[in-house]
Amino acid sequence: MKNIFGTPMGIVLAGGVIGVIAALLQYFGNPANMGFCIACFERDIAGAIGLHSAKVVQYVRPEVIFIVIGAMLASLATKEFNPRGGSSVIVRFFLGIFAMIGALVFLGCPWRAFIRLAGGDLNALLGIAGLVSGIAIGTLFIKKGFSLGRAYKQAKISGFMLPLFLVAIFVLFLIGFEKISLSTKGPGVMHAPVILSLLGGLIVGVLAQRSRFCTVGAIRDLMIVKSTHLLFGLLSFTLMVFVLNLLLGQFNLGFENQPIAHTDGAWNFLGMLLAGLCFALAGGCPGRQLILSGEGDNDAAVFVMGMIFGAGLSHNFGLASTPKGIGAYADIAVFIGLFFVLAIGFFNTRRLS
Amino acid sequence: MSKTIDTRGLSCPTPALMCLEEIENSTKNFDILIDNECSKENISRVLKKHKYKKEEIQESEYTIFRVQK
Repeated sequence: MKNIFGTPMGIVLAGGVIGVIAALLQYFGNPANMGFCIACFERDIAGAIGLHSAKVVQYVRPEVIFIVIGAMLASLATKEFNPRGGSSVIVRFFLGIFAMIGALVFLGCPWRAFIRLAGGDLNALLGIAGLVSGIAIGTLFIKKGFSLGRAYKQAKISGFMLPLFLVAIFVLFLIGFEKISLSTKGPGVMHAPVILSLLGGLIVGVLAQRSRFCTVGAIRDLMIVKSTHLLFGLLSFTLMVFVLNLLLGQFNLGFENQPIAHTDGAWNFLGMLLAGLCFALAGGCPGRQLILSGEGDNDAAVFVMGMIFGAGLSHNFGLASTPKGIGAYADIAVFIGLFFVLAIGFFNTRRLS
Repeated sequence: MSKTIDTRGLSCPTPALMCLEEIENSTKNFDILIDNECSKENISRVLKKHKYKKEEIQESEYTIFRVQK
């Protein structure tokens, strides 16, 4: 059967619906200009399970969990579920850590960068410039033959590890397990009703799995194979968030007083430069990594775990930004990250041939 | 005997890039082994854009695109 979401119309439709859901989830209670920010929401989950103790950002975000589940169900239904792994596993874990460190300096993943822009937050422009620059550096490595090596078929159960872990956290949250930490103030208390978050996540998971929606891939493919396919999805996504924000009164143009954002342009740029480079070398944006995890990709699941672990480090070590500005040690962490990821680029180029 | 490009186990965008390399080297006939749907779609788009024809051969664990200019 031909995949209708593989067509230009399909990716535009999928991107658009994902955008609508992002804006609606904000309307129903998610933090402003966050829709479903994968980095922020993984960070909230990290807080909920006690990996960091930043009291204002602890919540079990059903969006992240059900994006994975949606992708898993869609891939099982279409026989695309394909447990595989073994491609530079520990390297992917650390790429995940540094991707999260960079994203939390900017305060958002690539999805949120575009959601912020569509909400009128002009600081996002610096972040997007950093993201594009990071991906551009990544594509230089990829064009020179960068690869993290081949993955191999794994036992079916391996593909269920991350989905099961996330569902387990969700169940503990639902039954009110006392050891799950939940914010009592700050962005962590702002959330849409659980059922809406759950359904939103499921739909996004299914659509993104079928369409291969990827923000980093959109920019990368334009640079590498001169394909605009994924870019149309990203543009459609951004446009629909923008339109819905206008309709719902969620649009506020400017640099100052933007929700959960700071105005330090240089660090907005550098944070996303680091994150973009990590995502480019790991093969996709954090949303795409969730989707691949749902399809049984062990390596993507390890990247996701790296991001969750990285969120813990970011908050415990004072690397994450707040609306007041960047963290005390964010500068040194970003430079270590850039050094690390460039080294990964150099040492994994032309390994195949 | 045409050239064979094995993209199995490689993640995006490497399979599409390997295909593009052959096209840019003006290779007229080649086989590409692909083991996931996403790469099949990507490679199909690259081939279509450069006006290459392909024949799909389904093996048990992967697909072969037999490509011809």
